Amino acid sequence: MIANYGYMDGSGEYYITIDTGKCTECGHHNCVEACPKGMFAIETDDYDDEVAVIREEFRKQIKYMCAECKPVSDRPPLPCVEACTSGAVTHSW
Amino acid sequence: MITAGMDLGSKFIKIVIMNDGDVIARAKMLSGFEQEVTASEALSEALSKAGLQSGDIERLTATGVGRSIAPFAHDRLTEVGAAARGAIARLPETRTVIDVGAEEGRAILITPDGHVKDFAINEKCAAGSGTFTEAMARALELDIVEFGRLSLQSDKAVPMNAQCAVFAESEVVSLLHARTPKQDISRAVHDAIASRIVSMARRVSVEREVMIIGGMAYNVGFIASMKRALEMELIVPDDPDYVPAEGAAWAAHDKLVGMEKTELKER
Amino acid sequence: MTVEYWRWKEYNWHDENIDPKAGSVLSAGCDVGSVSSQAVVMVDGGLYAYSNMRTGSDSPHSALDAMNWALEGTGLKIEDLHYVVGTGYGRVNVPFAHRAITEIACHARGANFMYGPSVRTILDMGGQDCKAIRCDHRGKVTNFLMNDKCAAGTGRGMEVFADLLSVSIEDVGDLSFDVEEEPEPVSSTCVVFAKSEAAGLLRQGWPKNLVLAAYCNAMAHRVVTLLERLGVEKEFAITGGIAKNIGVVRRLEKELGLTGLKSDYDTQIAGALGAALFAGALYEKQQAKK
Ligand code: SF4
Ligand code: SF4
Repeated sequence: MIANYGYMDGSGEYYITIDTGKCTECGHHNCVEACPKGMFAIETDDYDDEVAVIREEFRKQIKYMCAECKPVSDRPPLPCVEACTSGAVTHSW
Repeated sequence: MITAGMDLGSKFIKIVIMNDGDVIARAKMLSGFEQEVTASEALSEALSKAGLQSGDIERLTATGVGRSIAPFAHDRLTEVGAAARGAIARLPETRTVIDVGAEEGRAILITPDGHVKDFAINEKCAAGSGTFTEAMARALELDIVEFGRLSLQSDKAVPMNAQCAVFAESEVVSLLHARTPKQDISRAVHDAIASRIVSMARRVSVEREVMIIGGMAYNVGFIASMKRALEMELIVPDDPDYVPAEGAAWAAHDKLVGMEKTELKER
Repeated sequence: MTVEYWRWKEYNWHDENIDPKAGSVLSAGCDVGSVSSQAVVMVDGGLYAYSNMRTGSDSPHSALDAMNWALEGTGLKIEDLHYVVGTGYGRVNVPFAHRAITEIACHARGANFMYGPSVRTILDMGGQDCKAIRCDHRGKVTNFLMNDKCAAGTGRGMEVFADLLSVSIEDVGDLSFDVEEEPEPVSSTCVVFAKSEAAGLLRQGWPKNLVLAAYCNAMAHRVVTLLERLGVEKEFAITGGIAKNIGVVRRLEKELGLTGLKSDYDTQIAGALGAALFAGALYEKQQAKK
């Protein structure tokens, strides 16, 4: 499943996409530890797979939560994207 | 050398007239629906305060969202450029300028030699600007100044979930129905907006001295929330919403000085 | 101010031709949303009863009320239900549920039942949110996205406009087509800024209908942008409160170049119906294990 967590508002589109098919093959779930804001969690989804999700309380403010990981210039790789070796995590902005 | 700066903001139009860098007159008017007309009126008002005629202004620079329609302007300058120039003129040690107006929030990082290094903007979403606070004050039927002051009396942080000005209005009303004290609601609102502005500012990194300008800098509740969120002291200048107009007037001044120099060289 | 964005009546229904006592599996779903709550009861995989009510101040009570109302006059009690799935934003607060499942998964499964297995893309436009879901022929979600942060593109945004123009929300659609030429959409996405833009247009002498058309247009465009992020695949269906607003729906269909599927079922119950379907399957799984 392609799960898009986030939102669109007047200022733009902010989605963190998790390709959960890749989570089930991932043995480490490093994303959870990697995110300095603790936005990731591992949950059993509706189809009984162990997958990563963005925790509910953060979904409406990811633009602000992720701001520090995304400086205007000299942007380093994002910790969550780098930690996920199966390439399940992408950001829309 | 008489120069002028005109800042056509979404809510107010501000004019500053300077003589060799000293402010000699200012004017501020609600933008209204016919910005061009308002801008001319504001300029006449400032001129009459200064006892000058429009021909006396040697150069006028316009800034703000409406700068493209500014009458009489010789040059136009971005809001970022104007805010930075104005802030440096007020206090040369300024490295970070946080500018929060009616419809936009901005953070600007300035190099020690006064150049803009980076900037970030919150725009097109009312939840990231002064409009948010105004809408909440209206929902509580409070005057905006009173609303800001009230925040200082709160010692309790109540969480606000809505991240949208429209939904937040309903949330504020239900908080009120749940008998949450108005001062706590006010603090929740100011904390929420401050946290959004600070996250944005962290994208350019925040270096001292930090100056906060724009209409929202008049709001004492907001300033208190900003200090808490930033965990640092903030410089709140007098008349904080005139800083970009001053920056524009300085830009006009700089231009004239530059032209004189080239003329001298060419001679 | 009210928190009710779309005026509607509460209702319940059950099929007189079915004898629930004769069925072997009684499964049910309860969808507790922020504005309304629905309950659906199925007998051996067929729709038997449902209700649609306003959500009260606390989720457990709303869930109970909705379920009891669906069961009204059926002779059944909540205890008679074999398996219940809770869904919606209050899903973890359905006291009599055996399991909670997200509204996205339930919605897709419900739509699959209502529109048939050919439905691939579902757009749900509610009072406070907007969801876009893609699913396979079994109604399993393959891709989804939601927008519940921003009022633009939701019933709430439309209500702000209806208020500004003093137009009743049910009339928005018809009025918006009463224009000679389709205007450009309102340029600001943000409801707050769009509202000041509209006030400006009215001041310039625009008639209400034209302003409404401009906003319906903007809203349709907004939702299309959301759908494009997801990718639209045929067949396509629209559910939720705004599905009743032709001012938005027709413009949206035109921009997409697609027409939404029609269903004989009440699309408001899609989530609860999906939950009841999940409940039926889970019950059978449980029985098989025994
Ligand atoms: S960008 Fe940073 S804050 Fe955002 S999810 Fe990734 S690691 Fe977490
Ligand atoms: S409607 Fe709300 S979330 Fe959307 S852009 Fe406006 S203030 Fe922001």
